[in-house]
Amino acid sequence: MMLDGFKRFARNRGAAIGLVILLFVILTAILGPLLYPDSPWKMVQRPFLPPFTMDGLPLGTDALGRDVMAGLVHGARISLLVGLVSTVVALLIGVPIGALAGYFGGFIDDALMRFTEFFQTIPSFALAIVLLAIFQPSLFYVILAIAIVSWPPVARLVRGEVLSLRSREYVEAAMLSGQGTLQIITRQILPNALPPIIVLASLMVATAILLESSLSFLGLGDPNVMSWGYMIGTARTVMRTAWWLSFIPGVAILLTVLAMNLIGEGLNDALNPRLSRKSR
Amino acid sequence: MSLLEIENLAIALPAGADRQLAVENISFGLSKGEILCIVGESGSGKSMSANAVMGLLPEGVEPAGGHIRFHGREILHLTEDERIDIRGKSISMIFQEPLSALNPLMRVGAQICEVFEAHGLLTPAERMARAVELLEEVGLPDPDKTIRAYPFQLSGGQRQRVMIAMALALEPEILIADEPTTALDVTTQAQILALIEELRRKHEMAVIFITHDFGVVADIADRVIVMQTGQIVEQGSAEDVLLRPSHPYTKSLIAAIPGMKDKPDTGQTHSQQSPVILSVKNLNKTFSTGGGLFKPARVVHAVNDMTFDLHLGETIGIVGESGSGKSTAGRCIIRLIDPDSGTVRLSDVDLTALNGHALRMARSKAQMIFQDPYSSLNPRARIGRILTEGPIAHGVPRAQALDRARELLSLVGLDPSAVDRFPHEFSGGQRQRIGIARALALDPDVIIADEAVSALDVSIQAQVLDLLADLKARLNLSMLFVTHDLRVAAQICDRIMVMRRGQVVEMGPSAQVLGQPAHDYTRSLLDAIPGRHHEAAMRQSVASY
Repeated sequence: MMLDGFKRFARNRGAAIGLVILLFVILTAILGPLLYPDSPWKMVQRPFLPPFTMDGLPLGTDALGRDVMAGLVHGARISLLVGLVSTVVALLIGVPIGALAGYFGGFIDDALMRFTEFFQTIPSFALAIVLLAIFQPSLFYVILAIAIVSWPPVARLVRGEVLSLRSREYVEAAMLSGQGTLQIITRQILPNALPPIIVLASLMVATAILLESSLSFLGLGDPNVMSWGYMIGTARTVMRTAWWLSFIPGVAILLTVLAMNLIGEGLNDALNPRLSRKSR
Repeated sequence: MSLLEIENLAIALPAGADRQLAVENISFGLSKGEILCIVGESGSGKSMSANAVMGLLPEGVEPAGGHIRFHGREILHLTEDERIDIRGKSISMIFQEPLSALNPLMRVGAQICEVFEAHGLLTPAERMARAVELLEEVGLPDPDKTIRAYPFQLSGGQRQRVMIAMALALEPEILIADEPTTALDVTTQAQILALIEELRRKHEMAVIFITHDFGVVADIADRVIVMQTGQIVEQGSAEDVLLRPSHPYTKSLIAAIPGMKDKPDTGQTHSQQSPVILSVKNLNKTFSTGGGLFKPARVVHAVNDMTFDLHLGETIGIVGESGSGKSTAGRCIIRLIDPDSGTVRLSDVDLTALNGHALRMARSKAQMIFQDPYSSLNPRARIGRILTEGPIAHGVPRAQALDRARELLSLVGLDPSAVDRFPHEFSGGQRQRIGIARALALDPDVIIADEAVSALDVSIQAQVLDLLADLKARLNLSMLFVTHDLRVAAQICDRIMVMRRGQVVEMGPSAQVLGQPAHDYTRSLLDAIPGRHHEAAMRQSVASY
């Protein structure tokens, strides 16, 4: 079953391209510190060195003479870390809430869903800004803020899935056989709700990377880590004279987010073959 | 010359399917005004040949050879544009599931008018007038009002009538009906069959009727084609095929039809003398839907004051049409649905008074077999896990539970090695056997079978029924058998309870209820069973071979 899914996934050219880009970004994140052991904050040359003008500094330097390539490589780690961890945290909040609401229904469902809507009615970016204004801007709180604004869609999705799965006959059979509620939810229902959750999660990683970049651009990110959003943020004042300083990290964000979206779409087609948009 | 001629048709399945060709060597003709039935079990390719006529083959499935000629003109390889001209106008089709075949967001009238619109015929006003005529012709009550109804406001039978009206709109020469009555109740099925028969006579229309039910065949067919794994194994006039079948497969299909008088008349008095194991008293359940400030809620009395005793070793059949509350009753008894009032005593325990942990423990003595073999097993769990979860939840050690699972698998006629496999590796009949093994895993006293064989092909159905009867005798089980099929009930039940709109209208020993029904409703159910009048003859013919 898994193998079939992988074949279907690999047949989708967009998804394969996305996977290649993502693997490249992951490799960069892992090997980056080996290639650029120095701090990306270190000044190495005169400022505003354009790309491809000096050996050893392929992408030039920024307004303070820091190596743009080093920043990009170190930023890859931060972007991926924030994207993955905040998604995991959002799943940890959203899945239980959605599962409980969907399984029990009635009052519990109402209460949990109103709570979810409370978060959904506030624009997520505004909420993230407010949260970071309250907390200190450290990497931990950036991740937490992103997770807090991105779990509601997970809860709603899981609730819908659980709602339809809980009336399946095998769930009724499990009830009859004396299994407890927790066991039924975790062993019978959730494994079958997994495919759409995986797809959503892959798209959430992309959104989280964008959110982190936007927050850093506004100067609300962790000031001690070099991230792509921070690089664009500091370069915005020199946009007209040194456009490449915002352009290069921008392309990095674009490619990574695009890769995640392509993968998400590929996963969707592979895991839900019947819903595949290509049939017909 | 016949109207439609199919010659050596072969249709290729995509690579990786269980066989290379969906159908091969299909040759038959169809003449004006003739009803041709194509019979076969699921997977026999019976729908595929009809779809090829309409050019409606699924993606990846291609015709591999042969000819389909309509009025002598080859139509197998037409382009989509050329096909549109034939579809609807010359050949039209009705489908199994009338709910999914109609657009839920469009009024019925508009959907019929669309047929004319697609072929650029008539003015809008004329189209509407014609739609009303058509609805009247297919016997829908109050056509002027029905035309403004949405599909969800109609019953299954009414929807199928609308589908037929659409198919008839352009007065086609051929109507292809793909299992049009399978999703309907027996009484509705009888009406639809009568309608098709009548329309055929009036319009001299040829009908290709695809079905798996030999009873239906006996009722309407002029000629019959029997298919098995993509091949025609027998064809001939209805009388020849049904009464003098020559191919062993046809014989086995006819022999597998559950008959009304199959049950040997034994054990009834015996089982009624044994102690009561399940006692249901004044069970009630109502559902209310809708309703608002100014509109009273619609209240449905799904189970109305049900009272009966089930004795040890006895099987009671609960029969009725869809919506009669028979499934709700079964689920209330076992507390999958909470009843509004009444008591259910299983041995000495009142199930309705229990909750939480105590209910979970007590319920192990009453287990259920479900209808749909595809949704009743968790697709992501191995068979071993499916069969052991229950016992483990009741404190049986894992190793012991697994041993028991292997035993149960051989008890239901499967290989014990199945514990390591996933549900999708099994066929529908095998899955139903696994479902039965799961119900037995907790050593229950009472088994509630909810339409347990309704989703299976006749030959598989017969095997599963035999298995149930055998297990029941060996393990001294008591059973509540919920079904819509009186023939199945006749085969396995000691007593039969007939339900209608939540009420038990009649209850008594099987032979009495089916032989001398006391209630009109039971009589109308019995009359509607397809092929009833040919049954004795068919049975004899098979027996005499």
